[in-house]
Amino acid sequence: MSPFVLASFSILLLLFSLVLAPIFARRQRLLIYVSFTLAAFSSLTALAAGIWTVGKGSVESYILLLGLPELPFHLRLDPLSGFFLTVIGLLGLFVSIYSIGYVKGILSHRPVTSLVIFYNLFIAGMFMVIVADDAFFFLISWEVMAASSYFLVMFEDERAENRRAAFTYLLIAHVGAIAILLSFGVMAGLATGFESFNGYTFDAMRHAEFPVRWATAAFFLAFFGFAAKAGMIPLHVWLPEAHPVAPSNVSALMSGVMLKTAIYGIIRVTFDLVRIFPWWWGAIVLALGLITAVMGILYAIMQQDLKRLLAYSSVENIGIILIGVSLAMVFSSFQMPVFSALALTASLYHVLNHAMFKGLLFMGAGAVLHATGERNMERMGGLIHKMPWTSAFFLIGCISISALPPFNGFVSEWLTFQAFLLSPAVPSPLLKLLIPLGASLLALTAALAATCFVKAFGMTFLGQWRGHHPQHIHEADGTMKTGMILTAVTCLCLGILPTIVIGWMDTLTEQLTGGRLASTAGEFGWLWLTPISHARASYSAPLIFLIIPAVVSLVYLFLHIRKKAIHRVPLWDCGFQKITTRMQYTGTSFSMPLRRIFGFLFRIREDVRIEAPRHKAFPQKIHYRLRVRDRLWEWFYNPVADASFWLARRVGRLQQGRIQVYLIYSFVTIIILLVLL
Amino acid sequence: MSTNIAAQMNSVLAALVLLTAFGLLVQRRVYGLLHLFAWQGLFLSISTAVVGFVSSQHHLYISSVLTLALKVIVLPYILHTLIIRLKIHKEVETVVNVPATMLIGIALVIFSYHLTAPIRDLSTLVTKSTIAVALATVMLGLLMMITRRHAVTQIIGFLAMENGLFFAATSATYGMPLVVELGVALDILIAAFIFGIFFFHIRETFDSLDVEQMAMLKEED
Repeated sequence: MSPFVLASFSILLLLFSLVLAPIFARRQRLLIYVSFTLAAFSSLTALAAGIWTVGKGSVESYILLLGLPELPFHLRLDPLSGFFLTVIGLLGLFVSIYSIGYVKGILSHRPVTSLVIFYNLFIAGMFMVIVADDAFFFLISWEVMAASSYFLVMFEDERAENRRAAFTYLLIAHVGAIAILLSFGVMAGLATGFESFNGYTFDAMRHAEFPVRWATAAFFLAFFGFAAKAGMIPLHVWLPEAHPVAPSNVSALMSGVMLKTAIYGIIRVTFDLVRIFPWWWGAIVLALGLITAVMGILYAIMQQDLKRLLAYSSVENIGIILIGVSLAMVFSSFQMPVFSALALTASLYHVLNHAMFKGLLFMGAGAVLHATGERNMERMGGLIHKMPWTSAFFLIGCISISALPPFNGFVSEWLTFQAFLLSPAVPSPLLKLLIPLGASLLALTAALAATCFVKAFGMTFLGQWRGHHPQHIHEADGTMKTGMILTAVTCLCLGILPTIVIGWMDTLTEQLTGGRLASTAGEFGWLWLTPISHARASYSAPLIFLIIPAVVSLVYLFLHIRKKAIHRVPLWDCGFQKITTRMQYTGTSFSMPLRRIFGFLFRIREDVRIEAPRHKAFPQKIHYRLRVRDRLWEWFYNPVADASFWLARRVGRLQQGRIQVYLIYSFVTIIILLVLL
Repeated sequence: MSTNIAAQMNSVLAALVLLTAFGLLVQRRVYGLLHLFAWQGLFLSISTAVVGFVSSQHHLYISSVLTLALKVIVLPYILHTLIIRLKIHKEVETVVNVPATMLIGIALVIFSYHLTAPIRDLSTLVTKSTIAVALATVMLGLLMMITRRHAVTQIIGFLAMENGLFFAATSATYGMPLVVELGVALDILIAAFIFGIFFFHIRETFDSLDVEQMAMLKEED
């Protein structure tokens, strides 16, 4: 028994569950129970394998005699894969439990066989990506993952919007996959030359020495390929289209863990395969990460669609993760292993945290969507009375993602700031100047994220119902609640016990950066987190966790002893009386100040039309229309799309539709080849 | 029979194959094409048998019999019934610009000789002089497919190309391994059946067997 056996058992179980689908296709309810239970169980197995691998720091590699002749598949489970296996397994477990209830809700409109099949294949694909140890198997798994998630996005395929979103996703995923393929090609070619094919294994790449220019080419190809999947700006456009239209359990997985496989790829290529790199790679990644974080959250604030807002917030969090990775790269290139370990820990911790809270938020949004059939926040409100459980979980997710203690988001962002504050030690004057600027942008991002989630929670759950049909709203069912409770509790645990998690991750940072953090970070036991030394900075999550409820209950008691201190008044009436629900404060009004300040970054169209049949002073109706769009569409994507259509039309002229012409093409080709060779 | 006589016989047969290839290029009647194709198959079959006898490669006899059966009897028979059932046996196809086609054909033959010169210098086989003819037959078959408009003629062009390939295999290396040849023979037979089915469909869709009509399938932009 070893972690690898557990992990491969988990993958095989998921693949086996695909066979069940046709058998149970007639009995959809049973299919949902069986399939998602299997998915949950295999995620649990993978989770165990991951925790075990990282804890032990073991490296296991195997060769699987499948694939093409002479090109067998290589598999490997090291702490880095183990960590990502843990992340995927953890969220996979929770979301699979949640899915039982959620997918049963879909059953009333349509059969769910394809959803169930591709869901399991999707998770299996992610696990396969993580354990792959050669370019060939990696790309196959990568494509399995991309294709199955494409079908999941396409699940409700009768709507043109969904088909468009899925196509955009597939297109960008494939452009990224080509870049990754080319990058592996460069590294494989340099590893063994063109005499043998063995360069396709990661092991050969690990032992190769790359000249700086080629290494740069390989790194940036891989980086942009993976970044397209991760949703880095400017390659993020598929993300806000695809996540809202996918079923919510799928969006939770896509946003929570699929984006993370791209981060895995970046870390694998940078710290494991290329290993030695100049500092300016890190600087470029840092700049892109900062742009992604700030722009992502600004776009998120502008959204009215709850799931779209969450999707843009994923872009922001990918930015934060990339910032951590880039700092680790900078420190690593200047031979500062401990600092690099801190930055990498911060970023990996954020990977884990983001998986948890974004999974939780998407599950919450799914529960809301399930109950109200509504995605637009402007038509929701007051759900806290109808769905107390869901709103409590959503609130926990919001607090976590806004990086407020004692939840987990705070820990990883705080660690990232600690890494930023270590930058004066870097021996490059330029970076010394620029990195603090990055820290300030990250601070801005954190503040904007809090604003964004005040809006998300406030508009959805507080105030009064703005929509039309409030009578059908019901709380989420048992399995959905279980999934969300488990995720929320994990968020809290990760926030309270960071020292234990960092101690567990120690083998991972040691293997990738050569630095260890656990001995300094856990110097004072589980109570205090002291990343570099206690003189620099320290944070005690357990104490804060105890102090916050203490203060809250004191205030509560203080207010409740004096009965008169509490008045019950109509909700959100701002002191006016008799205002209708339609006159409430809205999400658009909430985000208006930021829209004014950062308006130049967006393409905003605001139309106000007043219907005043008698006199302008007595309007009957006022129509207000607001459209906020990505400027990148007009700056980058539309020109590229136009150019490719133009080129396609030109090439299309070769196609005459006559057999003879095609025959002439081959005839001329043969003659030319014969003459030349 | 001495090697010398065999080589000469082989050359004569090669010349006849080439002649029929040119004949195919300019023949306007469908029946005439069919006869020429059958003749080409016959010459090929005899040539294979001769080569098999001289080089004592006895599997070539099987190839030879197979060629005789398929290309002289079965395929012409299938095509013949097709022509009858499609009622096109009286049609005369307009062949455009015969002299130009012939000139291109001659150029191709010269080109083939030029191309195979190095192989002729190296080879020690009896059949070395016929490689060029084989290559020319392939190219003439392709040229026929390009210049003709009728679906049935295109198939005959395709089969003539296959004849050329077979001839090339025999003359360059005393034939391919028997397994491969059996496979190829089967392929050809199946191809003929599929073509037969397609002819009916093409005619139903376009009311004609003129492949020019298929340009209608092209997407307009």
